[in-house]
Amino acid sequence: MTNSIHIPDAEKLLQQLADQLRPHINANSALVGIHSGGAWIAQRLRDALGAQISLGTLDISFYRDDFSKIGLHPEVKPSDIPFDVEGREIILVDDVLYTGRTIRAAMNELFDYGRPASIRLAVLVDRGGRELPIGADFVGAHLALAADQNLQLNQGQDGRLSLSLRPTEK
Amino acid sequence: MLTNPQLNQHGELQHLLTIEGLSARIIRHILDTADSFVPVAERDIKKVPILRGKAIFNLFFEPSTRTRTTFEIAAKRLSADVINLSIGASSQSKGETVLDTVNNLAAMQADMFIVRHSQSGAAHLIARHVAPHIHVVNAGDGRHAHPTQGLLDMYTIRHYKKDFHELRVAIVGDVMHSRVARSQIHALTTLGVPEVRVVGPKTLLPTGVEKMGVHVYHDMARGLKDVDVVIMLRLQNERMKGALLPSAQEYFKYYGLTPDKLAYAKPDAIVMHPGPMNRGVEIDSSVADGGQSVILPQVTFGIAVRMAVMSILAGK
Repeated sequence: MTNSIHIPDAEKLLQQLADQLRPHINANSALVGIHSGGAWIAQRLRDALGAQISLGTLDISFYRDDFSKIGLHPEVKPSDIPFDVEGREIILVDDVLYTGRTIRAAMNELFDYGRPASIRLAVLVDRGGRELPIGADFVGAHLALAADQNLQLNQGQDGRLSLSLRPTEK
Repeated sequence: MLTNPQLNQHGELQHLLTIEGLSARIIRHILDTADSFVPVAERDIKKVPILRGKAIFNLFFEPSTRTRTTFEIAAKRLSADVINLSIGASSQSKGETVLDTVNNLAAMQADMFIVRHSQSGAAHLIARHVAPHIHVVNAGDGRHAHPTQGLLDMYTIRHYKKDFHELRVAIVGDVMHSRVARSQIHALTTLGVPEVRVVGPKTLLPTGVEKMGVHVYHDMARGLKDVDVVIMLRLQNERMKGALLPSAQEYFKYYGLTPDKLAYAKPDAIVMHPGPMNRGVEIDSSVADGGQSVILPQVTFGIAVRMAVMSILAGK
């Protein structure tokens, strides 16, 4: 596949995202990563921002809006929110923001744990293409990608993150 | 039968009728999915929206409290609409056939039937008959199968013992009349348990049971020696009336699980029972309520396992 799009270094974007978030973190903050890429990023953000921040993960499989079309995702992981959501300032974390449907599902799931004081969204990459009125508060990089391109976050053996482009699976 | 009636042309689960013939991959997929449903019960709102708008009919031609209730809770936690029907009391007494009943409910836009029937093969019959968008779950048919019980037992064993590949499992009691035992044996051998034992008097073990890949014992001391899991089966009272057993007291003396007999198993062995228990017949109260008993966690896990089965089926 040939393309001229420069794929940014995920580790650098992570650093930038941590710098953006730092002034907004307080004792009431909680990071919630969406499986699987967002969970990796949330873990790394907590490492960078301080171990006292609450950390959770969400698998939004049971909240997807395309269940009746494609069925249950074959590899569901348990959601794990080990703190009280009620009144917390949640920072939702995902790798790539695209249509916004995942974020809608994640917000619906969060509200089943309690009523947060606020939810803000941090993403490594915003690739445009929104289908819902959803925007990110903290963005590592903006990339314009065609609909048939699939930007994927990978985690190496050493825990380092990297981004790669794949043709969309049919 | 050439094809497995519970799988669609892609080899995916369309109905859940029996564990027999299910691959280890499908069983593990159900158990893994159940893992994700367990924490839902600990949340503020114990519900996920995945089956919103689906109509699930509990069709119970034979009475059951625990199984019907856990299916109902599971469906409600998936946000489905649940309709409970105890058929023995209504249509059947008016002469309506099982398939007429099913046709009528399908005309009411049913998406799934949970079927309990005293005759083996009832759920299969319904599964063969319904339109392709309707799914059937066997909740116990005659002496044949009770697959969700078998699956929740596997979930429980995996939860406490992690790896199936080094386990010795003993199934004790009335294997002959037990649909649960049949489902358990298929699941255990498919998941790679190297040693499955059945323990009981000759009159309560089916002839040729060893062909299912199990070791046969008639003595508790040897049958429970060094096992990791003891699964007790319910002794149905009506068996006492026949010629199969002398008396409940006699049965308890030889096969009732007491602390003394449990001591033959490994010190960390778990004790399971599908319920309802006959205390003082197949199990002593001090064992049923003791530290090795996981009988109540079985019930809790049963909800998550049934949620997994229903959500996997309804998405196909």
